[in-house]
Amino acid sequence: MTKEEQIAALRAQTWREDLRKSRKTKERTDIPRVEMNEQDAEVRSHNHLEVNLGLTAEQARQEAARCLDCANPTCILGCPVEIQIPSFVKNIERGDFLEAARVLKETSALPAVCGRVCPQEKQCEAQCIYTLKLGKPSVAIGHLERFAADYERESGRISVPELAPKNGKKVAVVGSGPAGLSFAGDMAKYGYEVMVFEALHEIGGVLKYGIPEFRLPNSVVDVEIDNLRQMGVQFMTNCIVGRTITIDELKEQGYCGIFVGSGAGLPNFMNIPGENLIHILSSNEYLTRVNLMDAANPESDTPVAMGKCVAVIGGGNTAMDSVRTAKRLGAERAIIVYRRSEEEMPARVEEVKHAKEEGIEFLTLHNPLEYYGDERGRVKQMRLQKMELGQPDDSGRRRPVPIPGAEVVIDVDQVIVSVGVSPNPLIPSSVEGLEISRWGTIVVDDNMRSSIPAIYAGGDIVRGGATVILAMGDGRKAAASMHAQLSGKE
Amino acid sequence: MSDLVVRLEVEAPMIAKARKPGHFVILKLGAKGERIPLTISSADTQKGTITLVVQRVGLTSNKLYNMQVGEEITDLLGPLGRATHIENFGTVLCAGGGVGIAPLLPIVEGMKKAGNKVISVLAARSKNLIMLEDEIRRHSDEVVIMTDDGSYGEKGLITVGVEKIIQREKVDLCVTIGPAVMMKYVSLLTKKYEVPTVASLNTIMVDGTGMCGGCRVSVGGKTKFVCVDGPEFDAHQVNFDEMIMRLGTYKEEEQEEMKKLHQK
Repeated sequence: MTKEEQIAALRAQTWREDLRKSRKTKERTDIPRVEMNEQDAEVRSHNHLEVNLGLTAEQARQEAARCLDCANPTCILGCPVEIQIPSFVKNIERGDFLEAARVLKETSALPAVCGRVCPQEKQCEAQCIYTLKLGKPSVAIGHLERFAADYERESGRISVPELAPKNGKKVAVVGSGPAGLSFAGDMAKYGYEVMVFEALHEIGGVLKYGIPEFRLPNSVVDVEIDNLRQMGVQFMTNCIVGRTITIDELKEQGYCGIFVGSGAGLPNFMNIPGENLIHILSSNEYLTRVNLMDAANPESDTPVAMGKCVAVIGGGNTAMDSVRTAKRLGAERAIIVYRRSEEEMPARVEEVKHAKEEGIEFLTLHNPLEYYGDERGRVKQMRLQKMELGQPDDSGRRRPVPIPGAEVVIDVDQVIVSVGVSPNPLIPSSVEGLEISRWGTIVVDDNMRSSIPAIYAGGDIVRGGATVILAMGDGRKAAASMHAQLSGKE
Repeated sequence: MSDLVVRLEVEAPMIAKARKPGHFVILKLGAKGERIPLTISSADTQKGTITLVVQRVGLTSNKLYNMQVGEEITDLLGPLGRATHIENFGTVLCAGGGVGIAPLLPIVEGMKKAGNKVISVLAARSKNLIMLEDEIRRHSDEVVIMTDDGSYGEKGLITVGVEKIIQREKVDLCVTIGPAVMMKYVSLLTKKYEVPTVASLNTIMVDGTGMCGGCRVSVGGKTKFVCVDGPEFDAHQVNFDEMIMRLGTYKEEEQEEMKKLHQK
């Protein structure tokens, strides 16, 4: 069955047809888009609890009723893992929330995560008919995804996906972030014995060390990991493939395929004067200390400086996570310093909105030139270049251009540099014969296969710095290709 | 080994098998523990163990010092970093200070095996802090001991011993491991005599895999990560003053934690 036929067959189910006819289109389009329930901005900027509180069942069913169950559901094309969006949404509308969750899990290994961190406004929701044709806010697909996943988790009736009979073959996964977890889940479904090797002491990769508790609680990630465990996926922490154990040793142990999802774990710096002063650190270090090591907790042995005037350099999600974390750790001023304007910011719209509500200052069209330290080498000031927007660059965004002579110096006692990451060199450099691009990413073909036939790769180690959902999409694609290769269907 | 230094033999068969001279590990004690880097001193592949030598200076090193035989290190990751570049250079001078003598041992051993003439200069505040002397002697053509107080060997700083050797004969490579200040002065000295020098740096780290950048140092004016680009660098290019400054990042937090530890 082709994808289109599958979509049509699901849509032709009797209950779907009845549901479609139960309300007039006008009734559906007249419903205003649901507003996510949130913790009060003033309260939440002093705690680490999740900002979004989720939808109630009534809210979710009403929002699901907005969906027109289009014959040609363009939303699916906007999703990197091609979730059967109308199918899960209509299950919510009819009140079968567990079935909605089951539909999600057919294609997404981590729906509760994606419902929270996907940039839906650039993906599925950008392709929703409300956005494309009706000039209205799209169906809140992300909120609904989260609702279904949370409902299932809280119901205690989590379904374990159907597994193919064990085929006796072993595969190894390098890294337990979104790419690796997604790959692991799919391979377990195909019947493989799956072992995930993780360098850190915790499973989850960027979902644990990077994304803060107030946006993605660790408990949510842990449930998804437990789900994989129940499917038979095994995990080994504190182990680096290529270092602790070599690829050859893995082969000797009977692993017939290896998927590398080691992530973009190398933070970029700007290489400007004073950048190595004390209390200037990467967002990776800052967030790892606070999220993974729990450094803000007095019980933790790991220290973290809690700045009073914190500047975060960058305009992405990681920058928003860092600046909002700084606010929660007691910063009086927490400032985003970004060289373009707000319009070009890569962060999710919701994160920018939340940050503003929490009192984060936005110093857009400013770019750091130099940092100044005190007598002990601690940062105390930064000099910024004022910018203006010029012609669009390769990314289509208008290029920031310095305004000659327009500079400003501001006081800061902590600076968090969040200007992107590069691929982690650890795996590429320890595996001989692996083709690496000049950006340090692993080169793969359309099927995510590397220059070494038994090794596949996906996520940021291939892309250089992308999103959770794209990493998951890669993991999924790699699993399908490797399965085809290993079962001789290729 | 003394009232400040302890030698730990840790069961870690995979690391023992994979490690090479110059490699380090990251370890963590307990659920609330911090991650700290320690250079591997030696390994026994038969027993599947590695040896770490720890001087108690901070919170975790004090906890390690007080560990009893049979207790468990919660998390241990390695081997990390680039291995020491070992080949037949000719004459190699190995200069180790204090607890830095421990990670120097596998390098001394490797350099000797590669056919070098190895001269080791070991230095510490006083006699009881000179460690692993017999093991170093076993793989060295000559050993010079320096102590600050003159309680053993010759009285004086490590640079005195190093300079005498350099003045006496041609040295093709100097390898130095020890406190940052010591390495700085060894480096300044060998630079004067134009002796190529490698220093093994030990900085603040969290993950040890390139992820956090907390370990960054300036080498030849460029920012490098000790964990993945090092830990060994051309000493003459290292900005030691900046490194020493950065080592003080969490001084106050550390002192607070130490107070708490002593109150317990």
